[in-house]
Amino acid sequence: MQALYAQLLVGLINGSFYALLSLGLAVIFGMLNIINFAHGALYMMGAFVAYFLLNLGGINYWWALLIAPIVVGVFGMILERTMLQWLAGLDHLYGLLLTFGIALIVQGVFQNYFGSSGLPYSIPDQLKGGVNLGFMFLPVYRGWVVIFSLVVCLATWFLIEKTQLGAYLRAATENPTLVRAFGINVPRMITLTYGLGVGLAALAGVLSAPINQVRPLMGADLIIVVFAVVVIGGMGSIMGSIITGFALGVIEGLTKYFYPEASNTVVFVLMVVVLLVKPTGLTGRAA
Amino acid sequence: MSALTDDTLPVTPRAMRDEMIVFAAMAALLAVVPFTGIYPFFVMQALCFALLACAFNLLIGYGGLLSFGHAMFLGTAGYVSAHALKVWNLPPELGIVVGTAAAALLGLVTGYISIKRQGIYFSMITLALSQLLYFLYLQAPFTHGEDGIQGIPQGHLFGIFDLSKPLVLYYVVLVGFLAGFLLIYRTINSPFGEVLKSIRENEPRAISLGYKTDQYKLLAFILSGTLAGFAGSLKVFVAQNASLTDVHWSMSGEIVLMTLVGGLGTIFGPVVGAFVIIAMQQYLAGFGQWVTVIQGVIFVSCVLLFRRGLVGELAHLLRRSL
Repeated sequence: MQALYAQLLVGLINGSFYALLSLGLAVIFGMLNIINFAHGALYMMGAFVAYFLLNLGGINYWWALLIAPIVVGVFGMILERTMLQWLAGLDHLYGLLLTFGIALIVQGVFQNYFGSSGLPYSIPDQLKGGVNLGFMFLPVYRGWVVIFSLVVCLATWFLIEKTQLGAYLRAATENPTLVRAFGINVPRMITLTYGLGVGLAALAGVLSAPINQVRPLMGADLIIVVFAVVVIGGMGSIMGSIITGFALGVIEGLTKYFYPEASNTVVFVLMVVVLLVKPTGLTGRAA
Repeated sequence: MSALTDDTLPVTPRAMRDEMIVFAAMAALLAVVPFTGIYPFFVMQALCFALLACAFNLLIGYGGLLSFGHAMFLGTAGYVSAHALKVWNLPPELGIVVGTAAAALLGLVTGYISIKRQGIYFSMITLALSQLLYFLYLQAPFTHGEDGIQGIPQGHLFGIFDLSKPLVLYYVVLVGFLAGFLLIYRTINSPFGEVLKSIRENEPRAISLGYKTDQYKLLAFILSGTLAGFAGSLKVFVAQNASLTDVHWSMSGEIVLMTLVGGLGTIFGPVVGAFVIIAMQQYLAGFGQWVTVIQGVIFVSCVLLFRRGLVGELAHLLRRSL
């Protein structure tokens, strides 16, 4: 049973990353009509910023949690201003191709300087060690990742669904022209939205640094799994993205325990099943 | 959704005549390659990728479907052909048939799944399906995992043509490429191709006119996958191996890049794009990961600066369809 709980925990952690990443993809898609292929590369950049902060500036994990999303978010906003904004009105596929190109550039540059092997990033002192829960041993850092991700996801949900800013955002997703007529600066909102989505990816990167090590290609395969998560959950609902992300992480964890050979593929297989049974995805809205 | 094809010109008899002239020139140029001292291995490899890109272009350029998983057809046909040649000791022609048939079957299954959703979801689904296959091949015993299938016997095609001779192999690959190219050209200009284009331009309208668009899309997907598989089977004879690289997502990205550089929805664009990208990889082989960076830069600049691609820009200048 110990092993089962351990795999469930790993599943929850992966689920946290799926949720944070698919949430960002959904928010960006809503405003920019772009599937951000660079999301995995920006997740990786978040981890690298944390690594640089610690090793070059002696700035610890807690500050990295704040600084890395801001740095990567600003980088994302520059990308949006200089490149993505010119794609408005073009076919969706150009956004996918452009961000795929950006991902290749970012990952290629990091691979040149850091190779393909992992760089260690140690767990902060306050989160070292573990707690015995009676039925299992819980490493504190892993518990922290799950709880913190959940809080960030719910905070994002609250921001978009329950605040004034979120209301503008949702309105601009539906009808940008009309929202502009009300005197709201929609282009700036689009830039900030991209920054927010990318910042969430970078945050996930920082969280994963102590667990998965810091590697230039850490986001490359992950983003494809996240695409499958997005296909399963659909991008229509924020809460849908969060729940699907965590649920698929848990299912993946269970697969690692019961049938490890299929753990790499289970999310893709589930995607196929969902497409065959309910082609519009779990949260409904057809696209 | 018409951004892809703002400049598509109606097919006139003159346009078709122009295209046939360019085709004849291309075939003649390729036929004399072995006598020019150009490394034939390079051209054979480029021809396989050119056919692959043309097959991919049939979907994106004429059906408006961006498949981000076309490497799965290349890799599957490659593995099956290689296995048939090496383990089952089949003659080359049967090896090609078996590999291509496997790709066709894969096209039927993956096409049925991926056309359930439209637009950007279609791309994500094809990418996810090819990643699924990548992991299956990584674990399946017959692919030999990271090593791949190596030392594949080339044999005698139809018992006559000795494929281990580079010159013979070159012309076999060339004939295969030209046949595949003509089949695609014929498809584009057939009534089927016209319906496909109408789906690209306005799917709801095509449905309202009574076309079962899903069937057309599925058939286009199978055809594209089959031809991509045919290219993969030919490539086995050139490279004499089948490995995981051919199923990886980065290979799917390269196929997209070739077609984008040459020109989406142009007839000759994918061929030009394939030669440009393969040549670039040859010359920049010593630069390691910078090749990836350069590919990324080409992607970005193609999308931002010249979306029509090389051939598309040329056709636009000449006011011809190429």
